[in-house]
This record gives sequence, C-alpha cells and structure tokens, in this order.
Amino acid sequence: MAKDTIQYVTAPKVDESRKKYCRFKKNGIKYIDYKDANFLLKFINDQGKVLPRRLTGTSLKFQRKVAQAVKRARHIGLLPYVTDSLK
Amino acid sequence: MQQYETVIILTPLLSEEAAKEVLTKFGKLMTDNGAEIVHEDNWGLKKLAYPIQKKTTGYYHLTTFKAPGEFINKLEVEYKRDERIMRFLTVALDKHALAFSEKKRSGAFNKPKETKTEEVAK
Repeated sequence: MAKDTIQYVTAPKVDESRKKYCRFKKNGIKYIDYKDANFLLKFINDQGKVLPRRLTGTSLKFQRKVAQAVKRARHIGLLPYVTDSLK
Repeated sequence: MQQYETVIILTPLLSEEAAKEVLTKFGKLMTDNGAEIVHEDNWGLKKLAYPIQKKTTGYYHLTTFKAPGEFINKLEVEYKRDERIMRFLTVALDKHALAFSEKKRSGAFNKPKETKTEEVAK
C-alpha cells in the first residue's frame, strides 16, 4: 500500500500556461527590417510559411508588418517562397 | 522629398568593373533626375534562397536616396530594361524605417534585434 503517494482526482496543472506577448510592443521595436533574414526566420516555419499569431503572440499591428517584411525578403531572394528544410 | 531605398540584384556573370559600371550608370541616372543619394551599401556576392533566372548567386546592392515620387516609375522602367539586373525592390521609408536605417548606419547598434529578442515565444 502506497499511502504516501498523493493521488489527484483531476490532473494538476504542471505548466501554468505562460502568457504570450508581442515582442515588438514589449521591446519597443517600431520597424521590422526585411533585409535581416535571420531575424525573420523566427516568424516562419520550416516550410517557409509565416507562423500564425496564435503561436508567436505577435500583435495584429506587427503581424501585418512581419508578413510584409517576409514577402519583401522573399522577393529579393533572402528567403525562399517554398522549401522543405529551412530549419 | 520622400526617402526611398532600393535593393538590386545583379547577375553574377559580370566582372568587377562591369558591375561597377552598372552601379555608376544608375547612380548617375538618380542624380540627373533630381534625386539625392543618401547612402550606398554593397553586400557583395550572396547566395540566393532560390534560383533566379537559373542563377544561384547574385551581387546585392542597396541604395538609399531622396527623390520626387514621379522619378520612381522612371527608375523602375530603367531597371526592367537592363538585363544585367535580375531583381529589384524599391521601398518608401516611413518615419520608423528612417530612424532604423539612420541608427544602423551610425553603427549605434550591432544587430539590435538579436539581443533584444532572445526569448522566442513559440
């Protein structure tokens, strides 16, 4: 008999869900540079698609700017339009 | 006058002098049409993320300039006519972009975004 083991009726929340935040608002970044491909890598998945806001936590205002910057970077050949192995 | 910046990609087939000649040609075109070149930056030969005109590399060149709005059309037509230019992108700079590029040029920061956004919320 394991009396000292605690049993829960409902599973305890192990990882309190951390609140997502918009990094641009938090850090006061006003301009997203389309020439900086390494930075934009944080906002696209390994297929080269733009990550949704629900994953990155970016505010709508800056999500639009991220999308614009990614599109510009694609046009000048800094990011691929389609790929399978970006990361 | 509005400030613009334009990135052009030249074919990698050009020699050093030929590439320089293209750049001086367009520099002259800008100044002749009442534009004022603020800054130029040569990124050199870079690998492309995907092939453009069956080439995997290209010479990148960035020019920042002040110009009247009507000139941009003219400039882009000239870019299209020149087959040595594989790709170009002209962007009007708003006040945040201006502040950013000025700060970058003065070297006030080295890769500011890298340090500021270490923690990626993913």
